[in-house]
Amino acid sequence: MKLTYNIQGGDFTHAGHPSSEVKKVLKQLGIEGKTIKNIVIALYEAEVNVVAHAWKGVVDVEIDENKITVLVNDEGPGIPDIDLAMQAGYSTASDKVREMGFGAGMGLPNIKKNTDELLIETEIGKGTKVKMVNYFS
Amino acid sequence: MKVSELVEKLGLTVYSGRKGLDREITGGYVSDLLSDVMGNAREGEVWITLQVHQNVMAIASLKDLVAVVLVNNLEPPESTVRHSNEENIPLLGANFSTFEIAGKIYQILNP
Ligand SMILES: Nc1ncnc2c1ncn2[C@@H]1O[C@H](COP(=O)(O)OP(=O)(O)OP(=O)(O)O)[C@@H](O)[C@H]1O
Ligand SMILES: [Mg+2]
Repeated sequence: MKLTYNIQGGDFTHAGHPSSEVKKVLKQLGIEGKTIKNIVIALYEAEVNVVAHAWKGVVDVEIDENKITVLVNDEGPGIPDIDLAMQAGYSTASDKVREMGFGAGMGLPNIKKNTDELLIETEIGKGTKVKMVNYFS
Repeated sequence: MKVSELVEKLGLTVYSGRKGLDREITGGYVSDLLSDVMGNAREGEVWITLQVHQNVMAIASLKDLVAVVLVNNLEPPESTVRHSNEENIPLLGANFSTFEIAGKIYQILNP
């Protein structure tokens, strides 16, 4: 099964829509609760990173027999130092974003913790590709 | 303990999401950092916060939280109220600081 969603940079009102849709589909498929929770956390954080830090993006979800693969590809500034960005507490979020309670620098660590496989590719000035895989038990 | 019982005991304001008042509370989480709640709050908990924008309801729904409690008499904007009603997750208001309301709810849930 394949699902696709668009994300607009700066549009916090619709943040969480893809996560919510994917959660519904996984529930319908009878996927284990713990696995759904992990995927929802990781996808939400990846989504919000596009909204908060990039210009626009696309979420591509592929659900197979034994795993779910989520690709979040954005057009944006890219991440200059991925190791630094992965550190808990590191954030370049704007004041406006921080006022809303985002920008704690916990999103990427949350993604790492809640996925079985994580691959981040980025190009400065072009964008970032986040690939996340979770296996069903 | 049901959300409605907590509302009654503490005299909380119910702004919206009344259809969720019957749900059972398993615990609570206090945070104003959304990624912290995303990563660490657990299903069935009430979330105590000073954040009033609608992303709070999106997170409460994604995390299967049973209610959101706004501290210091903060009032939610219309968009948050709407979202709370759509998700059937009660949005509550407390005339207490975060410290006070967390202490009171903790005591009620752990008698
Ligand atoms: N898609 C992206 N495009 C550009 N920069 C990004 C992207 N995702 C993350 N970053 C960079 O990595 C940093 C850390 O990301 P992370 O998600 O951990 O924290 P945050 O988004 O700043 O805050 P939080 O996720 O806690 O709300 C960001 O502040 C930003 O500098
Ligand atoms: Mg983030």
